[in-house]
Amino acid sequence: MAPKKTNIKKVIEDDTNSRRDFIKKSGLFTALAFAPPSLVMASEKKWDEKIAEYLETVPLSIEVNGTKHNLNVEPRTTLLDLLRENLQLTGTKKGCDHGQCGACTVHVNGTRILSCLTLASMQQNAQVTTIEGLSKGKKLHPMQEAFIKNDGFQCGYCTPGQIMSGIACIKEGHANSREEIREYMSGNICRCGAYHNIVDAITEVKEGGKPL
Amino acid sequence: MSKTSNINRVDGFAKVTGSATYSAEYKTAGVTYACLVGSTIAKGRIKSIDTKKAEWAPGVLAVITHLNVEKPAGYEQAKQRNNLGQPLQIFKDDSVRYYDQPIALVIADTFERMQYAASLIKAEYLKEEHTTQLEKAKDKSRNPGGDRAKDYNRGTEDAYKTAEVVLEAEYTIPTEVHNPMELANIIAKWENNKPILYTKSQGVEGTRKSVGNVFGIPPEDVEVHSEYLGGAFGMGLHTWPYEIAALIGSKKIGKPVKLVLHREQMFTNVGFRPYTIQKMGLGATKDGKLTGLSHEALAMTSNYEDFTEATVNMSRFMYDCANVSTKYRIAELDTCTPIWMRGPGEATGSFALESAIDELAHKLNMDPIEFRKRNHAEKDLEQNKPWSSKYLLDCYEAGMERIGWKDRKNKPGSVREGEWLVGYGMGTGTFGSYRNPTTVKAKFLADGNLVLQCSVNDMGPGTATMMTAIGAEITGIPTENVVIEMGRSGLPKGPTQGGSATTSSVGSAVHDACNLLVSKALGLATENPTFKNIPITDLTFANGSVSSKKEASKSVSLTTLLSANKLEELAVENESKGSEEAKKYSIYSFSVHFVKVLVNPNLGKIRIAHVVSCADIGTVINHKTSAGQMYGGAVGGIGMGLMEALEIDHRFGRPINNNFADYHVPVNADIEKQEVFFVNKKDPVSNPMGTKGLGETALVGMAPAIANAVFNATGKRVRDLPITLDKILEPIVATS
Repeated sequence: MAPKKTNIKKVIEDDTNSRRDFIKKSGLFTALAFAPPSLVMASEKKWDEKIAEYLETVPLSIEVNGTKHNLNVEPRTTLLDLLRENLQLTGTKKGCDHGQCGACTVHVNGTRILSCLTLASMQQNAQVTTIEGLSKGKKLHPMQEAFIKNDGFQCGYCTPGQIMSGIACIKEGHANSREEIREYMSGNICRCGAYHNIVDAITEVKEGGKPL
Repeated sequence: MSKTSNINRVDGFAKVTGSATYSAEYKTAGVTYACLVGSTIAKGRIKSIDTKKAEWAPGVLAVITHLNVEKPAGYEQAKQRNNLGQPLQIFKDDSVRYYDQPIALVIADTFERMQYAASLIKAEYLKEEHTTQLEKAKDKSRNPGGDRAKDYNRGTEDAYKTAEVVLEAEYTIPTEVHNPMELANIIAKWENNKPILYTKSQGVEGTRKSVGNVFGIPPEDVEVHSEYLGGAFGMGLHTWPYEIAALIGSKKIGKPVKLVLHREQMFTNVGFRPYTIQKMGLGATKDGKLTGLSHEALAMTSNYEDFTEATVNMSRFMYDCANVSTKYRIAELDTCTPIWMRGPGEATGSFALESAIDELAHKLNMDPIEFRKRNHAEKDLEQNKPWSSKYLLDCYEAGMERIGWKDRKNKPGSVREGEWLVGYGMGTGTFGSYRNPTTVKAKFLADGNLVLQCSVNDMGPGTATMMTAIGAEITGIPTENVVIEMGRSGLPKGPTQGGSATTSSVGSAVHDACNLLVSKALGLATENPTFKNIPITDLTFANGSVSSKKEASKSVSLTTLLSANKLEELAVENESKGSEEAKKYSIYSFSVHFVKVLVNPNLGKIRIAHVVSCADIGTVINHKTSAGQMYGGAVGGIGMGLMEALEIDHRFGRPINNNFADYHVPVNADIEKQEVFFVNKKDPVSNPMGTKGLGETALVGMAPAIANAVFNATGKRVRDLPITLDKILEPIVATS
């Protein structure tokens, strides 16, 4: 006998829709006719939403800029959206959501990553550093100072990503010449075209030798 | 050099710490998340749209389409077709005018739930035949009307045809997309039936007006915040459907709505530099005197709005030529409306003009700079006015020296560095210097700060820094004590940020308001016992204090003056605008980009080895931010010259490369060595500071400089941008 073919996409769609449809429809029609009063009340109080919310999230323990967070996040939430929308850390920028522009670059456990391509739920116990975690009050990180001094930006939108990448570029040992810096900073697009000054800033920090 | 001529950006701290707040980042209680679902056809009608599944999806608050929308009051009053100002009327009816046109708005309580719900919407269409290819719309081209687009004739039409040496050529630029790093985004809400927008707008006052028009309310009732823009390059010069959609959605659900476009939607819904075909005809005598110049352009627009730009205008005045004619036509395509992109028409026009000048110089066997010098325009022949100032020749000299022009050979392909063919090229740019009426309020506060207020934006050029520098320079208040309040409605009315006019407009207004404020402070001082019997002309204001010019010991701080008069602040609000004197002159900025390219004859790979960008922009207010603008303009020109083109699959009228992996823009590795030179001589009439404008001319002329350098390296003339390796590889292989 030939194995039974299953249209997986359809099963998932049907499942999602039927669950939701069932709850909604039972609230509206079926429940009114047959269901016990508890189900009607559940619908009125939007318990279905609350139950769904509980079922749809996973626990996450994550450290961001030295602060520990114990959260419940949707499995499909990216680290970028977690930072910007849930933790209100909007310094990390959204430029493409496809890992093509570098604006969302953050450090996870000391390594630069693209937070838009990273699911938050997979960063259990990770240590995340964002642009907000670099300065100590008014005291700026050397890379932040160098970006201001060398005017390594204009509109400022790619800047947090450039700075996080710039620090990593030096730490990785990829800042030994202007040519090398250019190569290892090419994942961060600057549409204002401040590349010349970005390379100046990174070179200055590298040569300054301050601890990063 | 003054103390303020090289200051750091005043918003630098905010930008490097991530505390600068861009539109979608305002903390808004109860904010909801929205997105737009786009059409999957380029033209036709929506037959049916199934939103049920989306409506039932978790967390969904509303799904809005043309079927259930409460149409904004202004839709009915609007004219059918407009010359910008009235964008596509979103959700008005079932018609589809371009691919990815928004057909539904989905709002949910979280970002993830909104995204998922949007994926459940399905539409069926009644398709109609579309045209997205300009070549196929040529026979439907028309003059858009209006003074700026009139056919222009000086001397004999098409006189070039009878010249001793003739050049005829056609140049094409593709659709290019602004693609600022910050996505188009908005937080929209309503309070007391009045809309509040945190949006990506280059003109707060313009957005108030157009949103007011759509909803049938006065502009004063529209509140707009646009304090930080993550770049825009022209994209923020129009009020787009996404902004109206967010407002419609927020009104419907009674909650704030956050809407951020996807990067893909940035290619389809918020304008672009239009695909343009240009025909050039140039004639010269054998010794290199231009005798005729004809320039025709055909550009795309949308099927619902006329978009025009000054593509052919530069050809009318750039060179000393008795016989010049220009024609400008547009043709409708089934796409979103184009919008001015940095350098706008002048960047497009300069590619044709400056390539053609280089081609003709080559025909004449003449150095292209020598050819330009022989046709240098001593006055503006289009307006028949003298230039207010023109140091273009200084730019040529500075650039030639810095790029090493002496190493250039007129014969293409004759210079090598190892395996690389070396080519040198240059292109001239220009842009008009405009000054728009601007109101600035300047205030001295008791704490010693100077506050400058204006609703103008700063999308990146350093407007706030420029205002600080001018304010500090005039009042003597240290730059760190100057506070700028800008980028939102309710402040004194500033201009739209565009057309390189911001420094001239807002800088002048700061200049004038600060001078008036100092006079007011001196006037206040004459009533103070310390300065009894001292005339106002003998008083001076410096370092936050009024002093007697003759007896320096007689000095009273502004703080004391204010408290003695029981004042919290001393303020002046003043509107500033251009002078009658300025109208007697033709005021333009000029720029020249010099490029050294290396071309690998085996691979066709092009490297921009060295760029020298020189400009005559009048007074340079701030060297640091001006140099940044110039570097950035040249980088934009590298994108235009070598990489950027929105490719359309014309069978479906949809873009193929609608993301940063496939639509290439310059990255750090593409930029090897860059230099900037400013003449920095004050223009005598443009405005009180003598500035002329930089943002646009910083890009104009760069793409032809690259094309000319590639020709010099390889002997291959590329007339359709971008210059990709496939376009030059074949002839190199053939000749090597």
